[in-house]
Amino acid sequence: MAFKHETPLLDQLESGPWPSFVSDLKRQATHRKENPDNVEYQIDTDCVEDILGVVELSYKEKEVHWKHGGIVGVFGYGGGVIGRYCDQPEQFPGVAHFHTLRVNQPNGKYYTTDYLRRICDLWDFRGSGVMNMHGSTGDIIFLGTRTEQLEEIFYEMTHKMDQDLGGSGSNLRTPSCCLGESRCEWACYNTQELCYQLTHEYQDELHRPAFPYKFKFKFDGCPNGCVAAIARADMSFLGTWRDNIRIDQEAVKAYVGGELPPNGGAHSGRDWGPFDIQKEVIDRCPTQCMWMEGDQLKINDKECNRCMHCINVMPRALRPGEDKGLSILVGAKAPILDGAQMSSMLVPFMKVEEPYDDIKEVIENIWDWWMEEGKNRERLGELIKRQGFQKLLDMTGLKALAQHVQEPRHNPYIFWREEEVPGGFSQDITDFRKRHQR
Amino acid sequence: MATVEFKGKTFEIDEDGFLQSFDDWSPEWVDYVKESEGIKELTDEHRKVIDFLQDYYKKNGIAPMVRILSKVTGFKLKKIYELFPSGPGKGACKMAGLPKPTGCV
Repeated sequence: MAFKHETPLLDQLESGPWPSFVSDLKRQATHRKENPDNVEYQIDTDCVEDILGVVELSYKEKEVHWKHGGIVGVFGYGGGVIGRYCDQPEQFPGVAHFHTLRVNQPNGKYYTTDYLRRICDLWDFRGSGVMNMHGSTGDIIFLGTRTEQLEEIFYEMTHKMDQDLGGSGSNLRTPSCCLGESRCEWACYNTQELCYQLTHEYQDELHRPAFPYKFKFKFDGCPNGCVAAIARADMSFLGTWRDNIRIDQEAVKAYVGGELPPNGGAHSGRDWGPFDIQKEVIDRCPTQCMWMEGDQLKINDKECNRCMHCINVMPRALRPGEDKGLSILVGAKAPILDGAQMSSMLVPFMKVEEPYDDIKEVIENIWDWWMEEGKNRERLGELIKRQGFQKLLDMTGLKALAQHVQEPRHNPYIFWREEEVPGGFSQDITDFRKRHQR
Repeated sequence: MATVEFKGKTFEIDEDGFLQSFDDWSPEWVDYVKESEGIKELTDEHRKVIDFLQDYYKKNGIAPMVRILSKVTGFKLKKIYELFPSGPGKGACKMAGLPKPTGCV
């Protein structure tokens, strides 16, 4: 099919084995042109052709062709929609308005085709039909519609599909989680349930920006970090356990005997030789707390730091303990302004029990502090740097533990509270002079 | 950029309906914008928010953080959304004639 714009550069991206976004966009452009279902399109029929056109122009000039910023939304909410306007609206009228809607995804991103068909019908009708599945924070992304359609889409979603928008702006962004207990034997708590419950609990904070800056929650079921909570969330919730790793010695023998492939067969694409438990598990344990006694695998669990390596290598033989919970780490952020951070350990262990009051208490204490003390556009991680980790501990009512640091400070610039120092800070120089002449 | 005329005044605006220049603000602007921001009748409470935003902007050259807006006006965020359904940024700042909020919005 002939399209509105020539796209010689983009056309090259239709070759090669990976699924081509160009071919997909062309297919959607063709679909809108042919309109087999007689949809009464609410935005330009040729908007997808104009996407291809404007992207081709950007490929040619190596510059973006979207204007700065954009403030649109729906009444009642301060976020959820990212406004965008093309800077060549005469040339590409189909994308003169090209707003993005963030739609709160189900946790673990499990869908029925019925649901997906319904959101596709809505989006074909009132938008471009182009999506991201999913945005990196987790939302379903509706890519491209006009301002007049925003309230219409919001009405349809909320009234007919029980579906809400996600977050954007200086607020709680859409929380997300790994798929947890739904199909992983290592999940130490129900990540989907906790993510869902906290998303509901904090709807107000999600829809109406009240914070100094953005704030993200992510929920990992174990330290493997399949949703990367420790790197991409201001508050990272990581599943863990505090009793012993459960060992099935028969299965250990089966691994040693070569009956079970290590790592669930993850390395089967290359010949790494026969499985060597000494080399691949025991010698790789970061705390060196494992050994073989005859054909029995032993673990000194007191020294185990629950890195997951042995469990990852021998999933049929080793399982996380039974006394499960989570760790809370805080402060991760991307580089702007004062450097990238991963989250730092705040709560080493907490049980995960409905109605999650302990977890909510930590969250709300942190918010109270950051909302009061945080500067404009200062992430939690930066406030912790500026005011100190000790201040975070004070504000959350937590005691300092050795687990809070990787190593103690080496510089001696140590602050003391006045009440900790005998005699306090108010001293009289004349008193000092009595004993020390000038 | 689009130009709108309302009650004998002319306003330069962008696609989002924000004034291009704070100096172009006049009371007619508020009347012109209010409907598109879901406001039927302008009350003293609306004016209190608008006045504060303008004073703060004139003094500091930026819009206040939400927390400061709440503290000074005494209106909780919930109340601000009752007054301005699109919120303090898109609703109140637009009506007050402040520049469009920027950043990761």
